[in-house]
Amino acid sequence: MNVRALLLLLWPCVASAQGFAGLGTSSEGFATPERPAVFDFRVDHGPHPDYRIEWWYLTANLQDDDGTRFGLQWTLFRTALAPEEREGWSSPQIWMGHAAVTTPTDHYVTERLARGGIGQAGVTAQPFEAWIDDWQLAGPDFNELTMKASGPDFAYDMDLIALGDLVFHGDAGYSVKSADGQASYYYSQPFYAIEGTLTLPDGDVHVTGNAWLDREWSSQPLSDNQTGWDWFSLSLDDGKLMGFRLRQEDGSHYTSATWITLDGETTAYPDGAFQAAPIAFSDVEGRQIPTQWNVRLDARGIDVDVYALNPQSWMDTSVPYWEGPIIVEGSHTGVGYLEMTGYE
Amino acid sequence: MLLRVTDLVKTYPGPDGPLPILNGISMEMKAGATLALTGESGSGKSTLLHLVGGLDQPDTGRVEIDGTDIGAMDDAARAAVRRDKVGVIFQQFNLIPSLTVASNIAFQARLGGREDKEWMGDLAARMGLAEQMSKYPEQLSGGQQQRVAIARTLAARPALILADEPTGNLDEATADSVMDLMLELAAETKAALLMVTHSERLAGRMGRRLHLRAGRLA
Amino acid sequence: MTKAGLQALLSHWLRNPMQLFTLIVGLSLATALWSGVQAVNAEARASYDAAARTLGEGRFAQITSSDGSIPQADYIRLRRAGWLVSPVVEGRLDGVRLIGLDPLTSPSGLTPTGADDGNLTIDVLAGGVLFATQDTFARLEAHDVTRVVTPDAAPGIIITDVGTAQRLLGLENALSRILVSPTQPVLQTPLAEITPHLTLRAPQDGSDVGRLTDSFHLNLTAFGLLSFAVGIFIVHGAIGLAFEQRRPVIRTLRALGFPLRRLIALIAVELLALSLIAGAIGVGLGYLVAAALLPDVAATISGLYGESVSGTLQLRPEWWLSGLMIAVGGTCMAAAASLFQLARMPLLASARPRAWAMQAGRGRLYQAGLAVGLLILAGLLGAFGSGLAAGFGMLAALLIGAALALPVVLDRVFAFGASRAKSVTAEWFWADTRQQLPGLSLALMALLLAMAANVGVSTMVSSFRLTFTGFLDQRLASEFYVYADDADQAAKLYTYLAPRVDKVLPIQSTTQNVRGLPSEIYGPTAHATYRENWLFLQSANDAWARIEAGEGAAINEQLARRAEIAIGDDITLAGEPFPVLGIYGDYGNPIGQAIITEITFKRLFPEIRPSRFGLRMDVADVPSLTEALREDFNLADAQMVNQAGIKAFSLSVFDRTFTVTGALNVLTLAVAGFAILMSLLTLATMRLPQLAPVWAQGLTRARLGRIEIIRAVLLALLTAALALPLGLALAWTLLAVVNVEAFGWRLPMFLFPLDYLRLAVFAVGAAVLAALWPARKLARTRPSDLLKVFSNER
Repeated sequence: MNVRALLLLLWPCVASAQGFAGLGTSSEGFATPERPAVFDFRVDHGPHPDYRIEWWYLTANLQDDDGTRFGLQWTLFRTALAPEEREGWSSPQIWMGHAAVTTPTDHYVTERLARGGIGQAGVTAQPFEAWIDDWQLAGPDFNELTMKASGPDFAYDMDLIALGDLVFHGDAGYSVKSADGQASYYYSQPFYAIEGTLTLPDGDVHVTGNAWLDREWSSQPLSDNQTGWDWFSLSLDDGKLMGFRLRQEDGSHYTSATWITLDGETTAYPDGAFQAAPIAFSDVEGRQIPTQWNVRLDARGIDVDVYALNPQSWMDTSVPYWEGPIIVEGSHTGVGYLEMTGYE
Repeated sequence: MLLRVTDLVKTYPGPDGPLPILNGISMEMKAGATLALTGESGSGKSTLLHLVGGLDQPDTGRVEIDGTDIGAMDDAARAAVRRDKVGVIFQQFNLIPSLTVASNIAFQARLGGREDKEWMGDLAARMGLAEQMSKYPEQLSGGQQQRVAIARTLAARPALILADEPTGNLDEATADSVMDLMLELAAETKAALLMVTHSERLAGRMGRRLHLRAGRLA
Repeated sequence: MTKAGLQALLSHWLRNPMQLFTLIVGLSLATALWSGVQAVNAEARASYDAAARTLGEGRFAQITSSDGSIPQADYIRLRRAGWLVSPVVEGRLDGVRLIGLDPLTSPSGLTPTGADDGNLTIDVLAGGVLFATQDTFARLEAHDVTRVVTPDAAPGIIITDVGTAQRLLGLENALSRILVSPTQPVLQTPLAEITPHLTLRAPQDGSDVGRLTDSFHLNLTAFGLLSFAVGIFIVHGAIGLAFEQRRPVIRTLRALGFPLRRLIALIAVELLALSLIAGAIGVGLGYLVAAALLPDVAATISGLYGESVSGTLQLRPEWWLSGLMIAVGGTCMAAAASLFQLARMPLLASARPRAWAMQAGRGRLYQAGLAVGLLILAGLLGAFGSGLAAGFGMLAALLIGAALALPVVLDRVFAFGASRAKSVTAEWFWADTRQQLPGLSLALMALLLAMAANVGVSTMVSSFRLTFTGFLDQRLASEFYVYADDADQAAKLYTYLAPRVDKVLPIQSTTQNVRGLPSEIYGPTAHATYRENWLFLQSANDAWARIEAGEGAAINEQLARRAEIAIGDDITLAGEPFPVLGIYGDYGNPIGQAIITEITFKRLFPEIRPSRFGLRMDVADVPSLTEALREDFNLADAQMVNQAGIKAFSLSVFDRTFTVTGALNVLTLAVAGFAILMSLLTLATMRLPQLAPVWAQGLTRARLGRIEIIRAVLLALLTAALALPLGLALAWTLLAVVNVEAFGWRLPMFLFPLDYLRLAVFAVGAAVLAALWPARKLARTRPSDLLKVFSNER
């Protein structure tokens, strides 16, 4: 899922062409992912300051006791202005947290910013803890976590238990992104069972569901000619599908997908196998955003329509984008999450 | 002598230097006389009329009205002559468009402080303008407009009426009736009438005629 | 063929350079007026923002410690407990006040660069970058830092990153205080459980100048729109004129077989080019005007801080754009009507220029009906409308209605004058003036709007200034304010201060609901400071005496309006009823407020102990006391507020705006005067047939010229007479309708008759100046030109 790299690269750049110093398109001075990917989870759940960008990205599809659907997002981004960590205020590591709760009618969003080096935000691998301010994703290990976040109009407090193993994308976690050879380290935990309380303006709601956590880091951005992406994570009857579509300036797309069986076995699909096409658009914050899609992976006989639980799932953050829960119908049924960026 | 013109010379600036218009004109008019001034286009007859009326200044020569040389007067004094001694009737644009017929007729007389309401009413009636008094000039026909101009001039009872093709824009029948009225009333007020025309027929109705050719009396 | 046509069209300008000149100047002046107003608006805005920043941090609640230093770890604990707070490090570097902030967490508007503007570089965060004005930097010695000059910085203050500030001031791991964001998350651990040794201090009073200035900005914007309207009128006049003047050329071209369509296209392109050139000149001119008005920025601020800001005025792209849009847009609007007319004009229509827009009686009737309709609409909107849109709608209806009504009203006045005229010259004068009205009406409407804007803006600004002065006198009555960290320090401060100043006035307040509305309750000491400075909008007899005797309370206008409380009504404070004895203006405050005397306050709220003091003292002693408090109590600069300085600074900002708007008013009038000049010049050639008969019958040319000037004076006076009520209505709309809709409180309106008189003199002066040239020209017309009117050769 390293398409999300764009998000972080866009984050500082979006308001001005200059962007953060040192965050141009080159990765000078930063480490780059190498093949074969070898992970040591005593450290690799933690931060990699010598890589430019990294995240701990969790989305969840939830239901309350009445069957009402909800979506939830907890994300911690790290971006490095220089490939090092320093103590105190002079740390070049910038942390950004995004939290959101989506209901069929409302979408609550909030954002936090912090500098590394002073303890306001960070990640430790063992025991695992990722935090910014009072937001937290932590547990004795990666399989058993508690998660908290709060904003001016909402909060949540959740417990997560992993029901399966970690899943590695691309070549055992080395995920190639383009013909130019740009790549990232990318693995997921798509098998969390999640339960907890959403605090909303109308009161507390007890919810259960499943969550999907992505871990990814790299230093190289995507090509200049890519204008945005549409990323899908689907939890279907017989397995899970991660697929994305990179939109390029000439109207063509670069796609990639991973099929995950219920046992956690993965199959990676090259460019072109995964296909996604918009069916219907919604007017969101003055933009036309596709909130219904046809998604196909012919090799697996998947031909489904997905639609947004709440078409107005707009992330009004420093870098605005669309992220929200979706419902899947067609050859397969299920739920999932959709992220769309670059719709200006 | 009401009017005495002596050695009058007038040039206008032209593209190739001064253009002589009048070249030494001398003439006289008694009170109550009528005189037709004829000539080709450009012979200087209108210019002579303007100089006599104090509307313009001669280069050299004298224009005496009641023995005073108006050529040597300043602007204000000449304006006073126009107001008090002379009445001018032009071929067109005689009237003040912003004023009613009544106000137009009264205008010159009131300027000179000689307003005579009875006489004005009489004039208007005889000119057939009684119904038009509250109208504006643009609402009148050409013949009516010229009759208003004549009425205005006569209302001020000038000693000398100067008319420059007063019926030039009118058809023959209208021109004749306007002419009749003008002559009749001039005689009645004992005014002298100097009229520029190129119509032989109209010239024939005047007591005397002078013909101008290239700025000289022929 | 196109070339030949263009040559014919352009040759007209070559033969009549004066007409081309007036066209270009008219367009340029209209544009200059607009861009000048924009420039001054932007400058006023920028200086208010700088002022707000100077008063800035006080807008936020703050967490402080008794010894002036907070361990950085406490800040992290607060953040991790869910408090949205931001660190501040403050100190003196080479004697200059240095403030360190964290751009990632500070409330927006405080730091020169934020997380979302793309200028946040590693240099700013880790390398050491200082932001200040040029003059502030001049006082600084050499340091291992990058200096960035920004006119946005408040004078005398250096802003930098919190880490850089710690390093430069030698305050590693220590903070001076912590700002509390106005929005906080739903779930939060109470402060007392996280950092019991720290104190949460409420935002300072009187520092929320922002709300007042917001209202001022809005009104200035309205003025900008008004100048736009004046500009459009003038452009319209200039273009209409250009068409009239070239009627014969156009007719001849068409008679010679030049296709109409191509002719129209040619003229459109020509006008577009002219308007672009004129627009560019106008923007430059506006910039020069604004630059000429700017120097007193530096002058006023230097009065307060003993140093000057660099008065940089940037020619922003949006000025260019909006300026050119005025020129081109105005031209398009005006040209569209004329081109439409041209397209429908019969080929052999008279080539003689006629006074354009000469309306027949029916057109005038229609215009009168429209004007009356719009004025009624304005009245209805004022009486029954609600919302900002209704306020601005009322403004628009009022202005357009009045502008349309002007020729109709003048026409009636002249008709009346004609009917009462004694002399024939007077009768002709009235009638002739009346007839000229259609040709002059655009210019007169521009003059009307310009004068109304003038009256409206000077009334608005002056009313604002008086209100603001009164408000500052009321709220910032004491010369010096001291904010203690906690009650203990406050007690020590009181003992320390009492012998050193004339009077220490403890400020104590609490919040509670009054009639269901959240309100602040204040308990001021019984002292002349309040009796003299707090003026009531409405009050009972002996209000202050009775309040000081504990017999009642005073409340602010907001509370009185919202809860519909009148003098004599009871309000309940801490369970006890108090009759309301006075209602006072509280401009800019969003919530309710009530005042009871100190003794009563202490009885009702014994747990509240004052931590703020107003000090009545000799202004000259303020600097030494500041130094002493810094030494003896370790108070930070933010805890000591020299209100005399703030007051002087705020007033100077208003005064500057006042000067600037005054100058712009003169410019507006000049532009309107120019419009009159253009109209008169055009009319002069068209009017010979009207003047020649009058001349022929015995009025001298000199007298006709004098009459022209008298006419201009009369028109200006009449327009002024109509502009005065219109301007006052405009000011009233801005202060009593727009302001109430936008901000919920009403600004009292004051009248300034001397200003209006001066304005009338200016307007007449402008009209006389405008009429002088055409009048002189008329007085010198050659008789032969007048005589041509009567001859056949015409």
